[in-house]
Amino acid sequence: MKNLLASLLLSFPLLLAAQNGGKLPSVMVQTMDGKKVNTSTFSNNGKPMVINFWATWCAPCKRELAAISEKYADWQAKTGVKLIAISIDDARSMNRVAPYVNGQDWDYEVYLDPNADLKRALNVNNVPHTFLIDGKGQIVWQHNNYEPGDENELFAKIKELTGAK
Amino acid sequence: MRNNPLAFLASPFRTLLLLGSAALGTSSFAQEGQVHGNFSADGQLYNDDTDIGAEAPPQTFALNSWMNLQFTKGPFSAGGRFEVYQPALLGYPAGSPYKGSGVGYRYASYSLADLDVTIGNFYEQFGQGLIFRSYEERYLGVDNAMDGVRVKYKPYRGVYLKGFAGQQRGSFDNGLVNGTGILRGFDAEVSLNELLDSLWTHKWNLIVGGSFVSKYQQDQDPLYVIPENVGAYSGRLNLVSSKWNIYTEYAYKVNDPNSKNGYIYKPGQAYMVNATYSTKGLGISAGTHAFDNMFFQSRYAAPSPFDLNVNFLPPLAKQHTYNLPATLYPYATQPNGEIAHQAEVFYKFKKGSALGGKYGTKIAVNYSVAYGLDSTRMSFVTDSTRTGYRTNDFFGALKGERQYFSDFNVELRKKVSEKWELALTYINLVYDIEVIQGKAGKPVIFGDMFILEGLHSFNDRNSLRFEAQHLSTKQDLGNWATAVAEFTFSPHWFLAAQDQYNYGGSVKVDELHYPIGSVGYIRGGNRFQFNYGRQRAGIFCVGGVCRQVPAANGLTVSVTSTF
Repeated sequence: MKNLLASLLLSFPLLLAAQNGGKLPSVMVQTMDGKKVNTSTFSNNGKPMVINFWATWCAPCKRELAAISEKYADWQAKTGVKLIAISIDDARSMNRVAPYVNGQDWDYEVYLDPNADLKRALNVNNVPHTFLIDGKGQIVWQHNNYEPGDENELFAKIKELTGAK
Repeated sequence: MRNNPLAFLASPFRTLLLLGSAALGTSSFAQEGQVHGNFSADGQLYNDDTDIGAEAPPQTFALNSWMNLQFTKGPFSAGGRFEVYQPALLGYPAGSPYKGSGVGYRYASYSLADLDVTIGNFYEQFGQGLIFRSYEERYLGVDNAMDGVRVKYKPYRGVYLKGFAGQQRGSFDNGLVNGTGILRGFDAEVSLNELLDSLWTHKWNLIVGGSFVSKYQQDQDPLYVIPENVGAYSGRLNLVSSKWNIYTEYAYKVNDPNSKNGYIYKPGQAYMVNATYSTKGLGISAGTHAFDNMFFQSRYAAPSPFDLNVNFLPPLAKQHTYNLPATLYPYATQPNGEIAHQAEVFYKFKKGSALGGKYGTKIAVNYSVAYGLDSTRMSFVTDSTRTGYRTNDFFGALKGERQYFSDFNVELRKKVSEKWELALTYINLVYDIEVIQGKAGKPVIFGDMFILEGLHSFNDRNSLRFEAQHLSTKQDLGNWATAVAEFTFSPHWFLAAQDQYNYGGSVKVDELHYPIGSVGYIRGGNRFQFNYGRQRAGIFCVGGVCRQVPAANGLTVSVTSTF
C-alpha cells in the first residue's frame, strides 16, 4: 500500500500551477431547492464566470454581492458574464440563504456548500473569495477579501477576457 | 500505531516528501495533474497589560500556521495539511491543546462515476448534523476531522448512500492525535424529484433521508457501567418548491452517560423544523427546535464541550456581524436541554416606491428566543436506573422553565445617494450569562444596542466606512461604545482604526479603552494584515461555534494565501 501510493504520487508529475490556472474541481454542491449539482458542470456557454464564496454571517461578503448586484445587469449586457454565489453557510444558517438572497432581490445563481467541500477543493481560507473563470473553464484570476471598489477591478478583468469596452 | 493501516500516512516527513515530490515533478503528463493549496499564518507578539488582565505568555510570541496541499489528476486526489503551533495563540484552540509541528490531516481519494472513496481524513455530515457532523473551523480551532474510510455511492438516480468508519481528531502533538473512540455511520437519502418524473415532482421535491451512527469506547470508568457501544439514529424530510422550503429532522440517541450530562442513563432526543418562503424582494423564515440530553462525544469523559463532538446542534439565533453584538453576548446551544424558536423577514422596498426612493430600501427583522427544558429532577431514592430527570414537555413545546436568551433586531439599509450608503440596526437582548457562559451567580443581562454604519465612496477606488455601536445595560460590565473607521484604497490597501470603550454607565467599572489599528494589503489570492492594540476578552464565532479569547495587547500579523 505504501509503495503503491508513493509510486502513484511520484508517477503523476505535474505542472505546479502558480497562483492561478487549473479547472474547477468536481465536487457536489446543492441548489437552494435541494438538488445536488456537480461543480464540474458549471458553464456559461464559453463566456466567463465569476465564482464568489460568501456567507450570510459575513458582512463584507454581503457588501460585495450587494454592490455587484447594482451593476450586474450592465455587466451581463456588456460581457455575458455569469456570477455563481457559493454560500458556505452551514447547518446553523443554511436555511436563511434562500430568504436572504430573495429578500435582497439578487439575480445570481446560488449554491450551498454546507460541508465546505468546494471551499476546501478550491483552497479558500476565508470569505469573501472570488474566482474568475474564463470561457474555457480555467481559473484566471482570484481575489480574497472585499473592499468597496474591488468590484471595479473584477469588472476590468472580465472585460479584458471578453474584449468588451 | 501498529494496528493502524494508515500508519504510513502519519509520518509527517514522508507525507510531505510525497506531496513535495509530486509538486516538483515535471514530465509529459504535465498538463493534467494539478497541485493547489493554501497557506495561513497568524502570529502575535504579546505585551503585558495589567489594566485589561492581559498577560504575555513566557514565549512572548505565538504562531499558528498551516499549509494545505492538494494533488488532483482525473478521478484521483490526495492531499495533506502541515500545521505549526509554536506555540498556539492564547485561547486557541477551543478544546484540547495543539502543540508543535507536523501533519494534521492527510487523505487520498478517487471518484469514479457514481462511486467516491476516501481514505485518511475527511469531513462529512448527515442531514443537518443532529447525530453526525465532522467539520473544521480552523480560525477557531475546532476540528473533529474523521480519520478512517468513507464511501459514497449513488446506485440509482436520486438515491445517495454514504458510509464511514474511523476515529476523530482530538488534539495535535507534533502531528494528528486521534481520540480512542471509534465511529461508524451510514446515511441514505432519496430525492423524489430526481427519482420520479411526475406532474407532482415537476413542482415539488421531497427529499427523504435517514442515518445511523454508533460510537464504540472502552468502559474504563471506576464508578459506572458505561455502555461501550452507543447508537443514534435520525430521520429527515425536506419538501421544496421554487418558493417553499420545509425541513424537519428528528434524532434519537440511546443512553450515553457522560461527563456533560452528569453520567445519567437517559436517552437523548432532538428535533428541528424550519420553513422558509421567498420570492423576489421578500424572504421569510421560521424555525423551532428542541434538544434533550444530546451531548454526543466519542469520549464519554471528554475534558471540554469542544472535544470529539460527534454531532452538531446549531444555535437558533442570528449570527451578528458587528463587533459588539457578535463578540460580547453571542448565544451558544445548550445540548443538555433547550427549546428555541426563530423568525425572520427580509424585504426590499423597490426602487421608485415611496419607501424605496431612488435606490430601494432593505429591511430585515429577526426574533429568536431560547428556553431550558421543562423537566423534573428525580430524587436519588426513586431514580433506581439513574435516569436523572423527567422531561415534562418536549414535542411542540413553546416555552420551558427558564428563559436563556432572546434577541429582537431590526436592520434598515439604504443607499441614499450615489456616494452614500447607510445602515441602522437596533438590537434588544436578553442574555442569561449564568447559563450561557457559565458565570455562576451573575444576573441576566438586558441590553439595547444601536448601530449606525455608513459607507462613503469618494470615487471608484477609494472609500470610507464607519461604524458607531452602542450597548446600554445595567448588568455585567454596563455600557459599551465602539467606533470603527476603515479607509480603503481598492484593490490593494486598507487602513482601519477601532476603539471600544467600556464606560459602564450605571454600572461601576474601570473605564477602559481598547484601541486597535490595522493595515492590510491584498493582492490576488494573497492577503497580509497587521493589527496593533488592545483586544478585549471576548467570544469569537464563525459558522455556529464560538471560542473564548482572552484579553491581549500586542502586535498581530496575519498572512493568507491561496494557490
